[in-house]
This record gives sequence, structure tokens and C-alpha cells, in this order.
Amino acid sequence: MVMADAAVEKTGTAWRAAGGDRRSTRTLRLRTSAALLTVTVLAVLLVPPLVQLDQQAVDLAAKLRAPDWAHPFGTDDVGRDLLLRCVYGLRVSLLVGVAAALTATVVGTAVGAAAGAFGGWVDRGVMRVVDALSSVPHLLMGIFIVAMFRPGVWPVVASVALTHWLSTARIVRAEVLSLRARPHIDAAVSGGASRWRVTVRHLLPGVLPQAALAAVLMVPHAMWHESALSFLGLGLPTHTASLGNLIQEARGSLLAGQWWPTLFPGLFIIVPTLAVAGLAGAWRERINPRRRSELML
Amino acid sequence: MTGTVRRLPWGAMARLAGRRALFAVPVVLVVTFGVFAIAAASPFDPVKAYAGTAALGADQETLDRLRENLGVDQSFVVRWWHWLTDALTGDLGHSSVLRQPVTQVIGERLVWSALLCAVAFAVAVTVGTLLGVLAARRPGSMPDRAITSLAYTLEAAPVFWIALLAVWLFALQWDVLPAGGLTDTASEQVTAGQVAGHIVLPAGVLAVSQLPWFTLYVRQGVGDALAEDPVRGARARGLRERTVLLQHALRSGLLPVLTLIGSRVPELITGALLVESVFSWPGIAAATVEAATAVDFPLLAALTVLATAAVLAGNLLADLLYGLFDPRVKLNEM
Repeated sequence: MVMADAAVEKTGTAWRAAGGDRRSTRTLRLRTSAALLTVTVLAVLLVPPLVQLDQQAVDLAAKLRAPDWAHPFGTDDVGRDLLLRCVYGLRVSLLVGVAAALTATVVGTAVGAAAGAFGGWVDRGVMRVVDALSSVPHLLMGIFIVAMFRPGVWPVVASVALTHWLSTARIVRAEVLSLRARPHIDAAVSGGASRWRVTVRHLLPGVLPQAALAAVLMVPHAMWHESALSFLGLGLPTHTASLGNLIQEARGSLLAGQWWPTLFPGLFIIVPTLAVAGLAGAWRERINPRRRSELML
Repeated sequence: MTGTVRRLPWGAMARLAGRRALFAVPVVLVVTFGVFAIAAASPFDPVKAYAGTAALGADQETLDRLRENLGVDQSFVVRWWHWLTDALTGDLGHSSVLRQPVTQVIGERLVWSALLCAVAFAVAVTVGTLLGVLAARRPGSMPDRAITSLAYTLEAAPVFWIALLAVWLFALQWDVLPAGGLTDTASEQVTAGQVAGHIVLPAGVLAVSQLPWFTLYVRQGVGDALAEDPVRGARARGLRERTVLLQHALRSGLLPVLTLIGSRVPELITGALLVESVFSWPGIAAATVEAATAVDFPLLAALTVLATAAVLAGNLLADLLYGLFDPRVKLNEM
């Protein structure tokens, strides 16, 4: 295997199929993603209840310490341990992300399924509105909603959910339309099932896997969105600090030359995002190997 | 790329633009209606926002009169309609936070935002194409893996975080570039040289944030094209690898990317918003954040519509480019 690979490498591009991903790197990527995601989720779920440490514990004698063994991520400008702050911040970010992604998926699935199931002018009208609303940049719409409703946890969740349901609605509608052409739907309709029953019992279960995948992929997106809002000072209140708040708070010390309060919260956003993207990519390769090179962005 | 020089189909292009402009009308109607509906559903009170702290001491009668004067006692549909008809005459209202007419705010700041976005986008497209081709040349090789991993990591990284780290590295550690603003604080005039120096860092960061998807799609497109028959034929005819790569693979591999340029305008605007706010760049986006913090409804509404218009223009641009570069696509049929 190694020899063959080396030989292929030497001969260059000429006789080599494109996308010659080796199996080993794929499994490695899958395992790394799964491990990273597990560690992240476990840390977020277990550390706060199990570890009796106060993330808000101020220690002015140890302020702005560079990373060392006592504080692996260093301390912030009032001496709080950044590793602990990051874990708590990720907890907040993840909770908001999951809540927003779930809300968006429920709304998007309902709208998409309704459009697909009714068809006709309902479908056309709804999808035109979806098209129109997706012309507004997400963050701008989010900023508008948060500004109008004042910063807080629920406005942030609402602002992310209200901007992200559009893509789910499109996916679900397309899936419903393709399901409607299948024989088992015809069978249900000729068996006398009502439109409601066909939609709930036969169409919705069929679109759930797609909707679930979309929801999982949306979580990092929602986390990103939330941290951007918090960074602009329009997101969560500072006493429920998310990763975005941490980066925002670190701006002062960054300008004084301390890089660690900025660097680590950002890494806490990147790692789960990459892990989810890796898992989703692996999942897609498995259900559709032919299109393995397709991008997951 | 070789090719015969042909005359641009101005007529077809203008007709396409005209059709798109017609389609943009309902989009703007829906978006502005949504904006007004959200404002009406929110606890935001325009009277209190207008009066500011004075509202605290004012009696109910004064507030009611003010409410009537501002037209707030009408339903949001009526106010939406008034706003639309005013907007047609060029009056977008008055920004309370910047104490200027909204049109003036946009006029003063649009140039700087457009400059930043244009520079960043040009850099991102050039470097992205280069990296993408480099990665696609040998799938699975060291450069490919390095470029792909870097692209995915940068795609996952929040742009404001990259911006802050760039400030730390270039402005604080190495002290080679200014940390923000349009000019040095001491200078009173905006000179081209100053702007050129100050744009490097924000435009660079914005370019880096737009780079990943471009690189990945070019890699994808060129990689797919390299596996197709025309390329195999070109190689069989003994053409140089350079010719094969640039004239066969890149040419057909770039086509799908062209349509994506338009669809990425929202991301460009989002990125610009965050980058401008980190670097205190005096553009539209910085005004958006100020308007949001102060709940300046007229300014926010206008900026939302402006961003929507930019997105629609981006879509049109992508279609035009696609029609011009892909001989199979007829502009008249789009």
C-alpha cells in the first residue's frame, strides 16, 4: 500500500484519478473528528457540575499570567483561569447554538413541508418569500433583530433561528417534492388518507434524516453567528459569557500585548466546527460514495 | 487564455439586468415589510428613542403629541408605506445616532466600504485561484493536504478573531502596519498614501476570510476537470502540463466558481461588517453596529435594504459573468 502510493506520487498527475483519497486518511479524519467532538461535548457537559471550581473566581495577584502549568490557557485581566472560562463559554455558545439550530429546523421543516405538501400557489408564494428573505445577509438581519429586541439570550436565539430556517425550508421542500412522486404516497392517497395524514405519517418521516443532518450542520453556524453578535456587543449579556464575549473582553489586554485571552476562545470555536464538518463529510461519503469529493462548507 | 475577441452582447446584458431589476422590486417590498413588522413586534418605542432621556421627565400629553407627530400611532403597514414612498423621493429619514440624514451617512461611507471589499475580493480571487490550482494538481499530495486543511481551518475561524490576532502580530509585535482607522490620528487630510497603508491589514484579513471557499471550489472544479476526457485528450496529444492545467482544466474548472462569486456577497458583507468594526474602518458596516447599539431604526432599515440590493447585484453580476464566459449559456434564456 505504502509502496504503491509512493509510486503513484512519483508518476505525478498524468495517470492518476482525481480525488484519490486514501482510505486511511479518511478513517483518520473520521476518528479525529469523532474524538474531538466527544471530548468537547463531554467537557462542556461534565466539567461544570463535577469540577468544583468557580469560573468567576478573581485573583488579582495572578492577573494576565501567560499560559503555564497552573493555568494552561493563562489568566485574564482580573486573574480568572481562561481554560475554565473557555469551557463555560463553550457551554453557553453550544447551548445557544443547539437551541437556535433546533428552532430553525422546526420552523424550516414546517414551512418547507407545508410548501411541498400543498404545492401550487402556496408553494410558489412561500418559496418566493423564502428567496426574498435569503437576499438579506444573515448577520445584518440578526443585528437588526437583536437591536430591536435588546440583547439577551432569547433575542439572540431568535435572531439566529429566524435567519437560518430558510435553507432548511428549501431542503425539506425539495425532499417532499421528490417524495411525493413515489408510489407509497400514491398508495396512501388512493387509500383515502387525508392530506394531513399523508404529510405527517408519510412525508415528514421521509425528510427527517435530511432535516437532522441540516440541523447538526447548523449548530457550528449558529455558534459562529452568536459569537459574532456577542463580539459586537449585541449578543449575550456579559454575565452569561459566551466565547464571543470572551474575545470581546480580551480586546483590552490584546492591545496591551497579551495574546492568550484572545487566542484560546477562538480555538474553542474552530475545533468543534471542524469536528462537525469532518463527521458530516464522512457521513455523506458513506451514504453517497460517488460524490465524496463534494464540499461541506 | 486565448480566444477570439468578441463584441460584448450589450443588448442581452441590459435586458437581463432589466429583468432582474423588475424581480428585485418584490424582494425589496418583502424585506422592508419584514423589517417594519419586526420593529412593530419588538418592545422598541420610537417615541422614547426620539426623545431620549427627555422622555423620562415628560408628561403623558407631550409624549402623545410627539407620538402623533412622528406618525407612530398609525399601524406599521401605514408607516411602511410612508417610508417606501419617501424613499422613492430620496428621503430615507434621519439618523439619530450620527445626527445626519441617512442618505448622507450612506453617501459618505459607501466609498470606503466598497474600496475595502473590492481590494479584499480581488486578493481573495487571485490567491484563491492560485492555491486551488496548486492543490488540484496532485490530489492527496503534501501541498494539497496542507492547502485543504488550512482552508478548512480558516473557514471555521471567526473573521473577527483572525482580525484581532492580525492586529496583535502586525501592529503590536512587528509594528509594521497601522492597527486601524483610515489615516494616522495626527493627520487631518485623507491622502491616498495613508489610505493605502491603512487598508492593507483590514483588506488582507477580509481576503483571508473569503479565501477558503474560493480555494476549495477552484480545487474541486479544476480537480474534476483534470479527470475529464478533454484533459486526457490534451495530454495524449502531448501538450505541456502548463497548457493542460491553465487552458483546459482551469478554464472549465473556474466556470462553476463564477456563479458562486455572486452567492458569496452576503458572506463578504458579513465579513466586512466584522472587519470594519475591529479596524475602526469608517465604512457602512461600522455605522451599522453604531446604529444597532443605539437602536437607530431609520439607519438600520436603510442599511438592511442596501445590503439586500448589494446581494441582488452580486447575483446579477454572477449571471452576467457566467453568460459571458460559458458559451453554452444564453443570456436571453436566464
